[in-house]
Amino acid sequence: MNTDGDLLHTVTADNISDARKRLGKTMVWGSALLCASMAVLQAAYQAEHISIGFETWRPILYAYMLWATALCLAQVIVNGEKGKRTLFVLPAALFVVSLVIFPLLFALYISFTDWNLASPNGPQPNGLDNLYQMWNDSFYWNALKNMVYYVLAVSVEYVLAFALALLLNAQIRARKFFRVVFLLPLMLSPVAVSWMIGKSMFEVRFGPVSRLIREFGGEPTFFGNPEIARFMIMAMDAWTFIPFMMIMLLAGLQALPREVLEASKVDGASGWQSFKEIVFPLMLPVSVTAVVIRIIFKLKLADVIINVTSGGPGGATDSVTSFIFREYRDRSNVGYGTLLAMVYLVLIVIFVTLLLKLVSRWMERPA
Amino acid sequence: MTAIFKEHESDRRVTSKWWASRIAIYTALFIWMIVCLFPILWTITTSFKLAPDVMKGNLIPWWDFTPRWKGWESIGISPRLIGEVSTVREEFLKRFWNSTIISISAALLAVLLGSLAAYGLSRFSYRFGFMKNSDISFFFLSQMILPPVVLALPFLILYKSLGLLDSRIGLILLYTLMVLPIVIWIMRDQFHGIPIELEEAALVDGLGIWGAFMQIVLPIALPGMVAAFILSLVLCWNEYFFAALLTSSNASTLPVMVASQTGSQGINWWSMAALSSAAILPLVIVAIFLEKYIIKGMAAGAVK
Repeated sequence: MNTDGDLLHTVTADNISDARKRLGKTMVWGSALLCASMAVLQAAYQAEHISIGFETWRPILYAYMLWATALCLAQVIVNGEKGKRTLFVLPAALFVVSLVIFPLLFALYISFTDWNLASPNGPQPNGLDNLYQMWNDSFYWNALKNMVYYVLAVSVEYVLAFALALLLNAQIRARKFFRVVFLLPLMLSPVAVSWMIGKSMFEVRFGPVSRLIREFGGEPTFFGNPEIARFMIMAMDAWTFIPFMMIMLLAGLQALPREVLEASKVDGASGWQSFKEIVFPLMLPVSVTAVVIRIIFKLKLADVIINVTSGGPGGATDSVTSFIFREYRDRSNVGYGTLLAMVYLVLIVIFVTLLLKLVSRWMERPA
Repeated sequence: MTAIFKEHESDRRVTSKWWASRIAIYTALFIWMIVCLFPILWTITTSFKLAPDVMKGNLIPWWDFTPRWKGWESIGISPRLIGEVSTVREEFLKRFWNSTIISISAALLAVLLGSLAAYGLSRFSYRFGFMKNSDISFFFLSQMILPPVVLALPFLILYKSLGLLDSRIGLILLYTLMVLPIVIWIMRDQFHGIPIELEEAALVDGLGIWGAFMQIVLPIALPGMVAAFILSLVLCWNEYFFAALLTSSNASTLPVMVASQTGSQGINWWSMAALSSAAILPLVIVAIFLEKYIIKGMAAGAVK
């Protein structure tokens, strides 16, 4: 959008003295030097080369924060007005870089070690062993396959959410009441939901749903059968997140140009025709945004699975996240778990990039 | 006059069709309302039941069972126990307090950092090395696809060496990171909606860019910031994965407490129900009173 020049123009009449520039540079480099030297000393202490050091690495964190603050301040000191503009973005950028890039690099290193927190040896690089192990780990592939099912379930959620948004957009009384009620499931924590629904309502002996099924002469099984268990997980996740898509779609429906809808009515279009020919095509951009964001959230699905089935029966409900969670919790296998997570990240990045490419190409030529 | 027209054959067909659609719409609305409300109702009523009531499947209070405080007594909250010292209540309140502090501070920090970044990106053009504005925006938003599981294990080890394991600060930092892209997404949309002429006028009148931001833009963008804050609050309050991995006894939050209780077999339904109700009630109240902001937050960015 703003490719050249600022949207908000400011006239800068800065006269920055050399002394000021020097001060700023000294601040940045001085604090960086302090942080680096402290880190080196601490590393030497941990490796037992020297005898004085800190108990934890936390002082180095403080030194790092000092450096970050100095870097932000120095922007203003060295660059004046231009620095004040940089100061808007710099804190957030520093925050994200230090909390994402460093851990990711660290994760890359761990994922090629045999680090097990239970073993006393610490990390030993073991080359590609983890990759071979992953290749033969049928549970991991099974979890990936389950993720495909879970992502496909988004389409059903989308249809339901669209229907609900249409209902809320219709001329009804007590619209605000229904909107609040329909929003409520999104507010509940997945952990509470997994007890409320998974462990009590669908409990086989006393749960109200099992009771209802027995009333009709059926025999309730929910989490014993692989297919039904997977469906139940999907349903619980859908229950929590349908409001999310519903609200986005509702916002889209309310922003539709009214004239077009009225014109179609005048031309004699039936309800279904005006939906198919006008509402749905106009809603495509909003739908795509909602579905893509929902898929991104879906790829993180774990809480419900960890708490209701812990992946069972026989891994039928496992998502990648819950599988790695157990790999760590039960076996403390940090090295292998991290490799699985990194592979998953690569797969996700490829998948989402392809999805966005496809969507943007498809949107250019609407059907 | 009107009566005569309504008697006509084709008019009758229209009215009956109208009634049919009304009935269909309200039936659908009521069915989904039951789907949404029944689990909540079930949990809250169960927290007042005794074992026989649970087994018989009694549902409606005062009619087919007498409400008792048994479930709430197990977390130390009932009229009888409220004056006494109770360790379970202290435990519960500690978790509750952890959840409150962590989610509020993380949401505040995210709104602070995110609004500044979003404002900068919507008003000025930057160059950090090869990265231009659109690249920086993409960098921030792309954090959304980062699955928590990738960061969890490195953070576990980093926090261990930093002495931040099982501390509130550690969780606050992670949660801020988690909601920051969402905040930036919402706030970018908000700032695009504010006309630049306002700030230009402020600059002419002698304010600096930070002065114009603080005094002119911030008050206008406040509803959007509240929306972003509440949405972040909801996400942080409900987060389980990081809390389960990175906290143990000191800083663990309510979802971890709920989960640790569900794990044990043969748990009392009434006490689980009371605990779950207590964990969801704050957000249910938030949803009822601040629904406007939540919807505003989620609608931002969806509609261009």
